[in-house]
Amino acid sequence: MIRVVARRLLFAVGLVLLVSSAALLLTRLAPGDLTAELGPFAAAREVAGTRARFDLDRHPVEQWVLWLSRAARFDFGDSFLYNRPVRELVARAAMNTAVLAIVALAAATALGIPLGLISGSRRGAAAALIRAVSLVCLSVPPLLTSLLLVFVAATTRWFPAGGMTSVDALDGRWSTWLADVATHLPLPAVALALPIAATFERLQAQSIAEALRQPFVTAASARGVAPREIIIRHAWRASLAPICGVYGVAIGALLSGSFVVEFVTAWPGLGRLMYEALRARDIYLVAGCAAMGGLVLAAGMLIGDMLQAAVDPRLRHRHTG
Amino acid sequence: MRFAGLALVGFVALVAAGAPWLAPNPPDRRFADSLYAPPTAVHLVRASQGFGGAGLRAPFIYQQRLVSRLERRFEEDLRRPVPLRWLTGGRLVSVPDEEGPLLLLGADAFGRDIFSRLLYGARASLALALVATLAALGVGTLIGGIAGYAGGVVDDLLSRVTEFVLVLPAMYVALALRAALPLVLPAGTVFVILAAIFALLGWPIVARGVRAIVASEREREYVTAGQALGAGPWRMLARHILPSAAGYLAVQATLLLPAFILAEATLSYVGLGFPDTVPTWGTMLQDAANVSLVGQAPWMLAPAAAIFLVVFGVNLAVQGRGRAPVQLEL
Repeated sequence: MIRVVARRLLFAVGLVLLVSSAALLLTRLAPGDLTAELGPFAAAREVAGTRARFDLDRHPVEQWVLWLSRAARFDFGDSFLYNRPVRELVARAAMNTAVLAIVALAAATALGIPLGLISGSRRGAAAALIRAVSLVCLSVPPLLTSLLLVFVAATTRWFPAGGMTSVDALDGRWSTWLADVATHLPLPAVALALPIAATFERLQAQSIAEALRQPFVTAASARGVAPREIIIRHAWRASLAPICGVYGVAIGALLSGSFVVEFVTAWPGLGRLMYEALRARDIYLVAGCAAMGGLVLAAGMLIGDMLQAAVDPRLRHRHTG
Repeated sequence: MRFAGLALVGFVALVAAGAPWLAPNPPDRRFADSLYAPPTAVHLVRASQGFGGAGLRAPFIYQQRLVSRLERRFEEDLRRPVPLRWLTGGRLVSVPDEEGPLLLLGADAFGRDIFSRLLYGARASLALALVATLAALGVGTLIGGIAGYAGGVVDDLLSRVTEFVLVLPAMYVALALRAALPLVLPAGTVFVILAAIFALLGWPIVARGVRAIVASEREREYVTAGQALGAGPWRMLARHILPSAAGYLAVQATLLLPAFILAEATLSYVGLGFPDTVPTWGTMLQDAANVSLVGQAPWMLAPAAAIFLVVFGVNLAVQGRGRAPVQLEL
């Protein structure tokens, strides 16, 4: 187990390094640079000064090495767009995305798993209904859901149509801020959670149906264990491995999905920040966002693996052996 | 269920192919007096005029009149029914120019017919998704086939690369690659670039599956027999082994297609896809990005419904086979 984790950690470091370096070099080698933001009438001296400040006057490889050596000391450079340290900006944006993603993942789990257990272990109208609804939800990607929800919010005014906070709720108190964010959160979270919940439901339904065909279930019911008991105590546990495996993938889906949702609903998260940085060729901000994305991704895969090992003893032993 | 899904997708493809004939208006034509005009209602019954002439007639519309440009208020001119013209001027249905326009799904910010744009947009969106899917299948089959057949170091190396690309969040990679290129490009160039980016993101899923199939097929007797008869590796792969992956490839194609349609929509929506003069489902959705306007003109969301139909059709078709929903995270 320890060796597996160590290897995974090494992979994580490599991933972060590779992804951020690639983002840095890609932005650097792309046509145009961030001085375009200064406008066509900027003085030559100003342009040259800005280029020097962001190491754009050096060779790309030299800039990369410089950036790496500074990043090793947790200095990720400054953002040109915001004129602030990248570390600060990325940390805040990642927090916002994390709140959104965690709420969405929790909602998807709370919704998808129980519904999947019902639709996978029963026949009849309820199971068919769940199946149909989740098939529809699978076909509504976050882009469409968030557009639709924003439309509903704008016409009905039941909840705010975008953003994370309202201007009129800024009285500096913690509780007001929290309540304000809580009213803004449901829209993007639902948009993000629905397709993932549907995926969980389908997977859980399939795996519980498969688990119920196993001999140990027949044995348990022959001994007179109640069906509900069999499903919850025995079959569910055996059916969990594929679900946990999908959690690692779900992190990637959350990251990708959260970009769209953040864009449509104006949630100030990592995806939006990255988009702005990419468009403005804000080189260090791009690299910082990519590094954070890689980190989240690697962490997600690690958690997914450990969950899978936790529910499936066979896996644990194979790794140690 | 599977049949219904395939029929749905086939229907959309047919509609896209027949767009020039099915669309009542050219996609770029601007009706200056119809900015944000609501859908033109097609009537079958004449509104009562007081002399009891109500009765069933051939489908007709009332010409739409702009009442207030500021409030975007439109009114039907009940005195002038305009019968629909069938099969004239190379179009299935239309109305004479001076009595139009016929806007089945309303008009957008420039007074362009959303229904016609939707049909033409289907061509761009579906064609791009199709080309990208074929490219992804091709590259994936090639790499997966080589990895599975060669085994050893080659297999290890190719599998590592495959897994690595698979791990990356596709949307961000697409975004970064597209943003690294000049932002304003002609539509043809954008088409090629997007197809290349999508193929680059889609091939690993295909490659992984093909590798597994080829690796297990390679151990079968017929391969040994073929090799003994002197068949080279390429001939062996192409003629004898890969046909057994055909079913798998078909399933992958049906999964990649909607993912790519969505990817185009997303990229165009954020302004990194097709130029906004080209009608695609993504650029049309971008027109619908303004929340307050969409509240007044919900028909702008029509491309969202179109995307849903295609994705739903594919999901129906795949679910009918009793397979797990494996989605590319886009």
